[in-house]
Amino acid sequence: MAALGAPLRTLRALLRELRHAAGRSYRDSPAYRHVIAAFRAHRVTSEKLCRAQQELHFQAATYLCLLRSVREHEALHREYHGKGERSPQEVAGLVGFRLPQQPGGKG
Amino acid sequence: LWWAHFPPTRLTRPPPAAAGSGPVGPCGRRAYAPPAERKRFYQNVSISQGEGGFEINLDHRKLKTPQAKLFTVPSEALAIAVATEWDSQKDTIKFYTMHLTTLCNTALDNPTQRNKTQLIRAAVKFLETDTVCYRVEEPPALAELQKNEWDPVIAWAEKRYNVTIGSSTSILGPNIPASTKETFVSHLASYNMWALQGIEFVITQLKSLILSMSLIDRHITVEKAVLLSRLEEEYQIRRWGNVEWAHDYDLCELRARTAAGTLFVHLCSESSTVKHKLLQD
Repeated sequence: MAALGAPLRTLRALLRELRHAAGRSYRDSPAYRHVIAAFRAHRVTSEKLCRAQQELHFQAATYLCLLRSVREHEALHREYHGKGERSPQEVAGLVGFRLPQQPGGKG
Repeated sequence: LWWAHFPPTRLTRPPPAAAGSGPVGPCGRRAYAPPAERKRFYQNVSISQGEGGFEINLDHRKLKTPQAKLFTVPSEALAIAVATEWDSQKDTIKFYTMHLTTLCNTALDNPTQRNKTQLIRAAVKFLETDTVCYRVEEPPALAELQKNEWDPVIAWAEKRYNVTIGSSTSILGPNIPASTKETFVSHLASYNMWALQGIEFVITQLKSLILSMSLIDRHITVEKAVLLSRLEEEYQIRRWGNVEWAHDYDLCELRARTAAGTLFVHLCSESSTVKHKLLQD
């Protein structure tokens, strides 16, 4: 079985990610309610090695990894790859030039 | 932008380039590739249950696949996750971040038109070039790292599936016995078509059948599987330094895709009935 740590920690991180994803009404979102219901349903068990509980925890950890990686990937994309091309003015400005301004347009 | 000229309900109709003109449409784009970005045109995302399974509703419209089939999934949890993907789009819809939706579309449309046998064959074929079986001889530090990190996973797979795999430093790769391949073929045959699409996807991402099975059998986490898949890269990063816009970018993308594939496989292969613990246990 994979080394997952405490289920409560995974649950809290997962709910936090869902909050980032959903915005204002995150508590009413189907995902939020489903996750909480699933964790509640599997909480009452006397056996530490309950297979269903471990399966749920693994699924939660996987979903957490998915949400977190998508968010980080999007942030990196915005930061490094999302800006598109520079305009001619910006390019000229990089080396300290300005584009000439001619009354009839460029020659 | 060429796709902006089409009416807002474009998502419910197949892309024009796909209409019976083969893999490459009139404008030279791949017919099965959706546009990269599109404005969010819906307020609410909800789920409903239809005859074929669970459906996604964007406002009042039902979501359809790129080939205009009705989007239905067998599992409610999967439908919720897909709905969350759609709901978490802000001003523009970034299709490249919606991995679960993409996987569902692939399972529903089967654009490569492969049947179960072909999918299993493609998956098991990866074993011949499995990442964890391909070893270097130098630098010795990397060879040592590969031995320490990858040998345990191979040992686990050999024990779990009762097969011989081994590893190799030769350019031809390991010599996988036919019985090993047959064992994996019959094991994969126990998964349904949807789960198999997911498994094949994970194998293609991780470049390793062994790591994928290890992940799907819940022996390792997604983060660990990705780390093991990128072992040489991690070694080089530790040696020469990390380049955020390349290394972290690729790392996050691989993690996202692998996590999506794994979740997809599990949600498509579990039964929805809750098993109550027997008192005799």
